Amino acid sequence: MAKKPNPIWNWHKRVMEKNSLLLTVGIIGVVSIGGLVEITPLFYLDETIEEVEGVRPYSPLALMGRDIYIREGCYACHSQMIRPLRDEVERYGHFSLAAESMYDRPFQWGSKRTGPDLARVGGKYSDEWHRDHMRDPRSVGPGSIMPPYAMLERTPLELDVIPGRMRALQRLGVPYTDEMIEVAIDDVRTQVDPFASGYDAFLARYPGAPVRNFDGNERVITELDAMIAYLQVLGTMVDFSTYEADADANLR
Amino acid sequence: MTAVAAGKKTGFDYNAMAVLVICIAGAVWALLAAAIGADAAMRTHAWLILAGFLAGIAILTGVYSNGGIDVDKREYNESIVRYGVIASMFWAIVGMLVGVIIASQLAWPTVFQFEAFPELNFGRLRPVHTSGVIFAFGGNVLIATSFYVVQRTSRVRLAGGVWPWFVFWGYQFFIVVAATGYLLGITQSKEYAEPEWYADIWLTLVWVAYLLVFLVTLARRKEPHIYVANWFYLAFIVTIALLHLINNLAMPADWFGSRSYSAFAGVQDAMTQWWYGHNAVGFFLTAGFLGIMYYFIPKRAERPVFSYRLSIVHFWALIFIYIWAGPHHLHYTALPEWTQTLGMTFSIMLLMPSWGGMINGLMTLSGAWDKLRTDPVIRMLVVSVAFYGMATFEGPVMGIRAVNSLSHYTDWTIGHVHSGALGWVGFISFGAIYCLVPWLWKRKSMFSRALIEWHFWLATLGILLYITSMWVSGIMQGLMWRAYNELGFLEYSFIETVEAMQPYYIIRAAGGLLYLAGALLMAWNVYKTIRGDVADVEEVAAQQTLQKPAE
Repeated sequence: MAKKPNPIWNWHKRVMEKNSLLLTVGIIGVVSIGGLVEITPLFYLDETIEEVEGVRPYSPLALMGRDIYIREGCYACHSQMIRPLRDEVERYGHFSLAAESMYDRPFQWGSKRTGPDLARVGGKYSDEWHRDHMRDPRSVGPGSIMPPYAMLERTPLELDVIPGRMRALQRLGVPYTDEMIEVAIDDVRTQVDPFASGYDAFLARYPGAPVRNFDGNERVITELDAMIAYLQVLGTMVDFSTYEADADANLR
Repeated sequence: MTAVAAGKKTGFDYNAMAVLVICIAGAVWALLAAAIGADAAMRTHAWLILAGFLAGIAILTGVYSNGGIDVDKREYNESIVRYGVIASMFWAIVGMLVGVIIASQLAWPTVFQFEAFPELNFGRLRPVHTSGVIFAFGGNVLIATSFYVVQRTSRVRLAGGVWPWFVFWGYQFFIVVAATGYLLGITQSKEYAEPEWYADIWLTLVWVAYLLVFLVTLARRKEPHIYVANWFYLAFIVTIALLHLINNLAMPADWFGSRSYSAFAGVQDAMTQWWYGHNAVGFFLTAGFLGIMYYFIPKRAERPVFSYRLSIVHFWALIFIYIWAGPHHLHYTALPEWTQTLGMTFSIMLLMPSWGGMINGLMTLSGAWDKLRTDPVIRMLVVSVAFYGMATFEGPVMGIRAVNSLSHYTDWTIGHVHSGALGWVGFISFGAIYCLVPWLWKRKSMFSRALIEWHFWLATLGILLYITSMWVSGIMQGLMWRAYNELGFLEYSFIETVEAMQPYYIIRAAGGLLYLAGALLMAWNVYKTIRGDVADVEEVAAQQTLQKPAE
């Protein structure tokens, strides 16, 4: 077309467009660069995750609650990521730290707030409120458009899957000890019974975990126990009175 | 890929054996999972998976007892494209119907929520909708059109004997497994990558077969050059493989259980997920459909592609830059700021190659603009490219951190996605199917041009209702969240901002319903055309005669 063809066009036409394998290799090379530059450093740059005290793996009951949260697709409407914007910090509390989700596999930051952010919902409402809310969301918030999750309190929690799930997380690097996995099912029973004999040992394993009968039903450990135990621990692990946002390690 | 001699049928060969072994292995795993599965959901799901593999074995046995797969090298494999077109139409209706249902759930929560059926709650249906329209509808359109285009532009029959069929049926099976999994609560919770590990492994198998079928067909081409549409299809297939493999790396809690945990945690997981999520848009919903644009618009308009060089520049620039834009989904989050800044920068740059594609598509109409008035299919294709241009302008704007602080977490994002999905992806797919159906079933034209007109206008009106209502609700809610009263307190409680959304959610549901209605008219039109009840004969038909010798 042009009088003196640019060698690049020529090369593209004569070589690239005539060799399907070269084209494939070229595509792989070109699309790999962005991901390599943006993702790989996150795994080795120390300042990616802040230094904080208090973040620990979920107790077995809360872990099961988290699995139910995922199962029901709660993330489709609720974020768990408070941005450092004035209104969000006033509405929801301290902005979220990367450290707070360091054991979340997968992360639950979400992308849509059809309902409010839940990153710091722990301790904000009573267990009774959560029970009523799950049974019928409009009984506590008339304008709510959330579906009812009354079946949670009717469904006994699957206990025998817990050790396998903790083992998988341990293999991925979550600091569950072999002992924690061994006593996991007992720990579930302990967490819903403040008078259980394992109370102190449980709290040593999971400092600060709430221990009480979450669903108000003493006879059976239900999915609602797990769900409320999870919600009540969200955002409560980091002690922000000791967190230094301006420390060198935390400036990013 | 064994080379087959001049015979018309394969007979029972190594390929058939391989597929049979895959099906038997799958059936054995499913049987074990049904019997000793770690959790109740797995034990239920396994029965369905078992049924799928048994059906596969039955189909295989049936086909091979009749001599095997047709592999007449003198003919294109159009049969598989016909299957693909019908599957696309079917999943379009399913995916859009679920969309209308979940939109209604948000608009009228007390009417469309069913306490007795937790399977039908918004949280479980939402991925059925997203996977249904993106992967089931969009994916089938991509597979069908890519199989059509790669054969025509390479002037060679689709390679691989049984493998294209494995790709087609394997992909449908993946969709059914994924969607029923969501209903049972089986999900990884990674958006657009919800299927659990066993479905992911299955999709990997199918996708590798897809890549090989495509590549071997390309390698056997009788045209010296690889046509531009195929660059885009190839980039789509290769990159989706890469994204799928890495983002779904996970540790199953049990080899016969439904739950797995991501190989990545927290901030790294978030980055990996949105690297995947954004490029599912970039390579599934953009590159793949640009492949459709580069074949069907020139073909339908009977004009050459506007600029050859522009297609080279925007192809490489598009696939290079898209990959970087993921972090704009994570502005102001706990993702390090340097990553956010990189993501924003590349998001803005992305405007250029995107519009390069739009210009190349639109300007292909040069000298044929009059067809916009007379041919509703061309109009659909062109409006699709216009929506592509609009959505790829809006995207970079929303990728700016300051804008994103308002738009993020709101319906604006939903509106943006749908102007791309309904406008660009939907319309280009409809246009391609309206072209393909008469070509594949050897009809003079579609059954009814009036129905195409109705489809076009219903769908366009639906899109407009959808995106305008989501603009208003998104921006309004974003502003309400950050509004302060004169005393310095937050003006609105969260629930007040939810209550303010209802009118817009109703308008959105209405828009979706119109769009679905258009698709239903189309399904009827396609059905009547296939049956042979072709009523009117006009320009659409005249074009058909040019179709054959040019190949």
